[in-house]
Amino acid sequence: MDTGYLLDRRTAVPQIVGDHRDFLFVTGLGGTSRDISHLTGDGASLYALGGAMGAALSVGLGLALARPDRRVMVVTGDGELLMGVGTLATIAVMDPPNLSVLCVDNGHYLETGGQLTHTARGTDLEAMARGAGFKATATVDGEAQIDHGRAVLREPAHCSFVLLRVAPTEPPAFRRDMDAAATRLRMKASLA
Amino acid sequence: MTAGHPPSPWQDQVYELLKAGGITQFAYVPDAGHKRLIERAIADNEVHAVSLTTEEEGVGLLAGADLGGRRGVLLIQSSGVGNCANLLSLIALGRFPFLALVSMRGDFGEGNPWQYPAGRAVEPVLQAMGVDTVRVDRAEDVAGVVAAAITQAFQGNRPTAVLLTQRLLGAKAF
Repeated sequence: MDTGYLLDRRTAVPQIVGDHRDFLFVTGLGGTSRDISHLTGDGASLYALGGAMGAALSVGLGLALARPDRRVMVVTGDGELLMGVGTLATIAVMDPPNLSVLCVDNGHYLETGGQLTHTARGTDLEAMARGAGFKATATVDGEAQIDHGRAVLREPAHCSFVLLRVAPTEPPAFRRDMDAAATRLRMKASLA
Repeated sequence: MTAGHPPSPWQDQVYELLKAGGITQFAYVPDAGHKRLIERAIADNEVHAVSLTTEEEGVGLLAGADLGGRRGVLLIQSSGVGNCANLLSLIALGRFPFLALVSMRGDFGEGNPWQYPAGRAVEPVLQAMGVDTVRVDRAEDVAGVVAAAITQAFQGNRPTAVLLTQRLLGAKAF
């Protein structure tokens, strides 16, 4: 199904993140882990999930609470986020000002054969984030809004949520380290 | 204080042990068996008390805390253990520390039939996902078991769940 969204994640994700060195990243399984491992060169600032679907938001919350001195960005897909969507409420009521969520919404479960997610059928995750209590939110579905989205992801006073609507095209080809223990130690060592 | 669930001395002992163990993130799903611990965490400005919408959030939260060099504990009821099963993959694969205190329903003296299926599945589910379990039946054993569990979880690299049984907590009256 054509969702009508035209942005290409391979350019839109780097543009909306801006300088990736500003953030620690937690990414959900699938495309967003490839987006950000490509962007960071699979660096120590990234903890990329390869399973545990639905956990990206909660891992990001734990990290943000643990490190109030650093900005944390969760980058995850619409399908992954929907599996743990209640965590939007858990984050919003804690409201850690150093936590941003970037949902790369392509309306599809691309890795499992391109089935539609709920967001291609009427579910609005920005509205859900706002309803959960996020005070800083935005939807970005065109080039003209990317600068605004990048600013919302750097909101200093509250946790923030940006829904980036993209075409259902492939993320960058990138082979990241899938060893969850090695990448854990890599991030911990960089933060010690 | 809710009638029927007065704070017990061992509950304050457990809180002090968790604090002394360096735990700064208390993730919980509201539960009568953990009432005192939850109240202590909420009142304590030195820790984060994180109310979860579902138990598996707490598994992710504790992993994130560890990435940032902090320690957490998960306070849940037995019916929530099954919710955690897939996310415990993260603990096993990442070799994250993991400590949970589980207040049991569906065991000794339970009168609510809805509690039995998940209650009886607590130990098989946790063990299948690589989490050691230890049951506590007597008030005088709680502090020692929790102290041992803290050591196992954070020094021994053994994910550990302490099961606070209904022999200890008393079967809930309806």
